[in-house]
Amino acid sequence: MFGPNPKRRAGTAVALALGIALLATGCGNDSSDSGGGGGDGGDANLAITFLPKNLGNPYFDTSNAGGAEAIEEFGGSYEEVGPTEASPTSQVSFIQTAAQQGVGALVVSANDPEAICDALDEARSADVKVVTFDSDTNPECRDLFINQASAEGIAKVQVDLIAEQIGGSGQIAILSASANATNQNAWIEMMEAELEASHPDIELVEVVYGDDDDQTSFDKTAALLQTYPELKGIVSPTTVGIAAAARYLSTSEHKGTVALTGLGTPNQMREYVKDGTVTAFALWNPADLGYLAAFAAQALVTGEITGEEGDTFEAGRLGSYEVGADAAVLLGDPFVFNAENIDDFDF
Amino acid sequence: MTATEVAVRTYKPHARPAWRRALLTRETAIVVILVLVVVVSLATVPNFDSPLTATYLLRDVAPILLIALPMTLIIVTEEIDLSVASIVGLASVVTGLLTQAGLPFPLAALAAVLVGTLAGAFNGFLVTVVGLPSLAVTIGTLALFRGIAVGLLGTTAITDFPESWTDLAKANIPGTPIPVVMILFAILAVVFAVLLHFTPYGRSLYAIGLNKDAAAFSGIDVARTKFQLFVLSGAVSGFAGVYFTLLYSNARGDNAMGMELQIIAAVLLGGVSIFGGRGALHGVIAGVLLIGTLGSALRLAGISSDIINVITGLLLIASVVSTSLLAWLQTRRFGALSRRRRPGDDRRPQPAPQ
Repeated sequence: MFGPNPKRRAGTAVALALGIALLATGCGNDSSDSGGGGGDGGDANLAITFLPKNLGNPYFDTSNAGGAEAIEEFGGSYEEVGPTEASPTSQVSFIQTAAQQGVGALVVSANDPEAICDALDEARSADVKVVTFDSDTNPECRDLFINQASAEGIAKVQVDLIAEQIGGSGQIAILSASANATNQNAWIEMMEAELEASHPDIELVEVVYGDDDDQTSFDKTAALLQTYPELKGIVSPTTVGIAAAARYLSTSEHKGTVALTGLGTPNQMREYVKDGTVTAFALWNPADLGYLAAFAAQALVTGEITGEEGDTFEAGRLGSYEVGADAAVLLGDPFVFNAENIDDFDF
Repeated sequence: MTATEVAVRTYKPHARPAWRRALLTRETAIVVILVLVVVVSLATVPNFDSPLTATYLLRDVAPILLIALPMTLIIVTEEIDLSVASIVGLASVVTGLLTQAGLPFPLAALAAVLVGTLAGAFNGFLVTVVGLPSLAVTIGTLALFRGIAVGLLGTTAITDFPESWTDLAKANIPGTPIPVVMILFAILAVVFAVLLHFTPYGRSLYAIGLNKDAAAFSGIDVARTKFQLFVLSGAVSGFAGVYFTLLYSNARGDNAMGMELQIIAAVLLGGVSIFGGRGALHGVIAGVLLIGTLGSALRLAGISSDIINVITGLLLIASVVSTSLLAWLQTRRFGALSRRRRPGDDRRPQPAPQ
């Protein structure tokens, strides 16, 4: 109560001050024993925390399960933490927590290349190794980046798939995300170059943008097929676009005659692969990505590598990897999903 | 001063001794719970006793603590400001754009605070001059300010700020784990506490919250007072936006998205009545620290963030239920007296004359 009695106010103010003082001094006094907390106590601190963009995301459930598998193989301890929504600054408190716990390494998919940089720097100064995967930060904020696929590889696999599916000639269109999506535009540029170089008989008639919105992408697909009656194939380098296009095609007369490929996830595309709308599409294997990231973290923690270009390390069943420029490690070529293998995946 | 006397008279005849009344207040309860949570966390949660914990905790709650100060005053007058987090975002974008344009950082920051102040004045204008309800106005400006912020900068971010300033935002008071920004907060908290609890102006805020017509009749300029509060809220939110930007080296239109709910939740948890006329700043500060400490301790204990959200939500509901339950028990106990009170007033009824 805000009553008129100053003594009472003073009393509660003192209580509050005591509370804050307790918080402050309590924390200050025990600084000595907090150094190696949370570690295993062994030679190398193999406590590894995975921090996805957000929790409850099937993609990260798959990748982090790969990480957990690897950590079990080399005998570390696995933990997954993360925010419920993928906002740039929401990851900061989890990075801080990992630093406080003194984990050996943090494997993070960044919601923003810059927003978590300072927090990562602070964690690294507390001896936490930082590996980014899936989505990188600025190179100077982490020890290693596990790159799922190179832009060249992504562009090439999509061109190869569509060329194969339409028999090497005819009109194709691209259904992208938004017109200013940096990665999509880079891929499209490389795809155009690759088409020109290797498939002169394929004509790219138009690039349309579905804004990564399901309905917009659906409508743009319909419009493409009306505008270009001769269209033989669509490439959609975005998981939202390819699923919407597949949904349109599967109920249209063009089902099975107009080819569709691009980047998609197995769960979204399963029914369209099974009903014959889509033959094959690409993405990387997120379980392998998490698996590789965990082994990379281990190699950093044990001092096997430092992140120098040319460093090599073993990653269990995936074999040997070499650190490339900008302390990045490339998982490999994109993975092609088709009717034979799609049931092996759940994300 | 007339308002003061009215307020004082309401509380005078208490049968219970002062210490018992102090112990029974909502604010004291929150302070005690905060202390308990800190003590229990220190004893049971691994690494909670590291100085880093205090630093990170205080750094993260700093914007919430700052904005909770004017928010308390606004809610005491039975108004609300839902646009504060959008003002943080807008101020963040303004700071970023002006810094990018080559303006010295202090000037960019000043401009951001000014923009926040103007945004607050716009809220105040709509509430007091046009006479719209603040809930509706600030739901509108929540979207409006956020829209302008995102519109100005798009979905990109500006990340290049002078290191001397970002370092300052993260610096600790030498020799302690307490961030420097807490000094500023402490000064502001004292100013606000004195204003709210020790001045006629503060009493007039309670008077407005309890009954704005009566307050107006007793000579309080209700409109002007409320206008000032919204301006104050905008200015503090603007400053919090600058701090937020420096803390994360990141000016984005969607910065602090949803923070208005955290602030209001903490203010209500701290014992401020959403119906106005009741609350105290030490309770609010304890409320903010309680939610922050609980989140920090639970995260350190490895509890997933979904469950932390559930726990925080339950805590808030429990705090509201306990207040209502207390009021209901008192209604039963002092039934005859209480029935004469106006609905929605959760002050403790006076005991029957002996």
